[in-house]
Amino acid sequence: MIDPNPAPTTAAQVVRVSLFRRLLKHPTGLTAMIFLIVIVLSAVLASVLAPRNPDLADINAVLANPSLAHLMGTDSAGRDVFSRLLFAGRFSLAGALLALVVAAVIGVTGGLLAGYYGKWFDAVSSWLTGLLMALPGIVVLLAARAVLGPSMWLSMGIFGVLMSPAFFRLVYASVTAVRNELYVDAARVSGLSDARIIGRHILTVVRAPAIIQAATIGGIAIAIQAGLEFLGLGDTSIPTWGSMLNDGFTNIYTNPLLILWPSLAIGLTCIALTLLANAMRDELERSSSKPKRRRGAARAMVSIEKEPVLVHPEVVTEREFGEELLKVSDLAVGYDQPDGSIKTVVQDVSLVVRRGEVHGLIGESGSGKTQTAWSILRLLPEGGRVVGGSIFFEGTDLAHASEREMTRIRGKKIAYIPQEPMSNLDASFTIGSQLVEPMRVSLGISKAEAKKRALALLAKVGIPNPERTFAAYPHEVSGGMAQRVLIAGAVSCTPDLLIADEPTTALDVTVQAEVLDLLRELQAEFRMGVVLVTHNFGVVADLCDQVSVMRDGRIVETGPVKSIFADPQHPYTRSLFAAILEDGEARGPLVEHAVGSATSVTPTAAPREGASS
Amino acid sequence: MSESLLVVDDVVVEYPIKGFRTPPFRALKGVSLDIRAGETVGLVGESGSGKTTLGRAVLGLAPVTGGAIRYRGSDISHLGRAGRRALSSEIQVVFQDPYTSLNPSMTIGQILSEPLTVRKVSQRDASARVVQLLDQVGLPKGAEDRLPREFSGGQRQRIAIARALALEPRLIVCDEPVSALDLSTQARVLDLFRDIQEETGVAYLFVSHDLAVVRHLSHRVAVMYHGEIVEWGDADQVTARPEHPYTQRLFLAAPVPDPVRQEQRRADRLRLAEQQRELAVQGGAVV
Repeated sequence: MIDPNPAPTTAAQVVRVSLFRRLLKHPTGLTAMIFLIVIVLSAVLASVLAPRNPDLADINAVLANPSLAHLMGTDSAGRDVFSRLLFAGRFSLAGALLALVVAAVIGVTGGLLAGYYGKWFDAVSSWLTGLLMALPGIVVLLAARAVLGPSMWLSMGIFGVLMSPAFFRLVYASVTAVRNELYVDAARVSGLSDARIIGRHILTVVRAPAIIQAATIGGIAIAIQAGLEFLGLGDTSIPTWGSMLNDGFTNIYTNPLLILWPSLAIGLTCIALTLLANAMRDELERSSSKPKRRRGAARAMVSIEKEPVLVHPEVVTEREFGEELLKVSDLAVGYDQPDGSIKTVVQDVSLVVRRGEVHGLIGESGSGKTQTAWSILRLLPEGGRVVGGSIFFEGTDLAHASEREMTRIRGKKIAYIPQEPMSNLDASFTIGSQLVEPMRVSLGISKAEAKKRALALLAKVGIPNPERTFAAYPHEVSGGMAQRVLIAGAVSCTPDLLIADEPTTALDVTVQAEVLDLLRELQAEFRMGVVLVTHNFGVVADLCDQVSVMRDGRIVETGPVKSIFADPQHPYTRSLFAAILEDGEARGPLVEHAVGSATSVTPTAAPREGASS
Repeated sequence: MSESLLVVDDVVVEYPIKGFRTPPFRALKGVSLDIRAGETVGLVGESGSGKTTLGRAVLGLAPVTGGAIRYRGSDISHLGRAGRRALSSEIQVVFQDPYTSLNPSMTIGQILSEPLTVRKVSQRDASARVVQLLDQVGLPKGAEDRLPREFSGGQRQRIAIARALALEPRLIVCDEPVSALDLSTQARVLDLFRDIQEETGVAYLFVSHDLAVVRHLSHRVAVMYHGEIVEWGDADQVTARPEHPYTQRLFLAAPVPDPVRQEQRRADRLRLAEQQRELAVQGGAVV
């Protein structure tokens, strides 16, 4: 049989090797690693490196200064400090390692089991963790020493147990986060055993943060261990950094140098471990470094080659539109890249929105429709900006307007309805306060008046009990209600132009229909111009007067909705229409060709005896 | 219905709610349907209707507290882990979100061969099968060494379909498998589902909120509302001429991609809403 497990080990290696490689390129990480390797090697090879026996007391050379014979001098018993430092490293590091292993084994196993299985084990272990964290560590260690005697190993083992909650909580949090991921469900459906799911799908998630945590805890363990020894609570029969510190402290007036060496060893090791942990965190959670925008290139524009756009001619409709509100010409939107170049995501986009007109921007993901909408509001994500063309709104070029002008225009003249209603309401404020505050600021009215207006608006957008919704927090209302609230907020300052970014995509179909009705009513009442971003042709057909089809950042076809739907010209528009299922034939009943099952293919009446209740 | 592959018989699913003596939440209130071999049964409903819960109950991922789910005659609603594992070569799943349903740290080859290697298929046979699966779902050769993040949403969904097909199941539960995809990608993935069904004779329980998608792929359709099936029958009948008031509302709420017909549909919908409101007032009943 071939070993069924070669793959996971390679996967683990890939991650670890790349983390190691990345650390090599991280200056702090590399320095810390080299230092730690030197420390560990010197401890391991102490018997080879040490010039003298660390326990050999030389009465003739008590508290000697550094010399060729004694590189770091001698201590109060005349022992060679350099040799002792090397040997003490063995015990100090081994003690810290013991604490670390105990903490990691208890914490990681407990966290994995509690996070994955939950139920009673979860409750019991969480309670135990709480108890351990509430215990004062030093007091427990002192008590243990009093009862069990002065053993460094024992006290570091107990310290490991005391530190295990740090691992437990970390692992528990990561496991509960991935436990309900769909790929874990899929693994379960694929017939994987729990052990395999934990080993393969969950441990990989936990590994990186646990390694980082281990470095931090290792530093703490060394410090605590030195502290105990310094207080004279350790085992006096073995050399440790802490006991050397104690000796140095007693003789601080006769030979101050004596305290320096163990302090350096402890301090530098702890610092190196912490820096290594930080470097690992940096490398693992590395968010791409902020693109550097060169000064000269700050206002660089990008020259865009034009491509022909299919324009359908104006048609006469019964709907009347007013003056031009928004005129976008040759718009280009780009993102600054770390190497100084600009990645354009929107190019050569021109459109006009008149008062009372709804202009749809339709396209698939990545077509640049949302980027276009955001650039009108000048709310592009970090690094994005208008790199070409102009956006004229009531005589101001929004592409080059100052931030102050934009603040004056946004909300008051141009309003915005987002795609995700829930994430656009602040969960920690009531809906009412989120409606009242913007109105007070941008309309300059009193709180009481703003509240009156907010209640009227909530009633207007079809919320059945405005008073209750006004006082509610966002999590207490449904998604459809939240979208109504946001629409109420958007129209609260009677804007001229409304930017709606997929306003119904997150909603159920029946709710979508109601929200579309609401948008239509409000749009007609306030005679707003609307830019409606959507991927749904049904929504365009329902609401829009004009539509522009976007692909790869460009408009490929634009014109009145009726003529585009009746006669799409561009091959891309046609392919989109061809992909629509609405008018497709139903598949029809199952034609069974299996032998012996050629019975009636139409289903019998609904078999729901118990469902009528 | 002895010929049915899967029978869902009066199934109740309840989730416990935190708190002393709080009654549990009933996600499914006695749901019954059946799926025959090689058939697609569409399950339509809005969020919170229980359609996803029914799919998860069939997969053993939701607690069945009443009724029975029978697969080829035997009750699978309370199987232990070992029984479930045995069933995994019969019933498989494709989830909605192609971004979280694939482990981001595993290559495509590892993802696809995982269900095979736990069944002690040799490494060589497994990689041969992976190549075959990638070909079946229309992914390029060499994809097995790449990570999920290197693929687009549509391609990821193809990978998820390939994983479901790896053990040659007889039934695949598809939980909104095309909802996160673009229009043209959606059409191509739906065609892939259809081709695979015609090729392998696998049955689908196809969960979706989109009547048009379900109509395109299903032989029969069940409509769910508040944890119950309110309409169940032939796909064309249910999706084009619905009888239940809720299905009628659902049908008219979806906007048609045609400005002229949409205007008509909007008027129809408002009229229907008015009628149903009047009926509700007259009868004093809740529709």
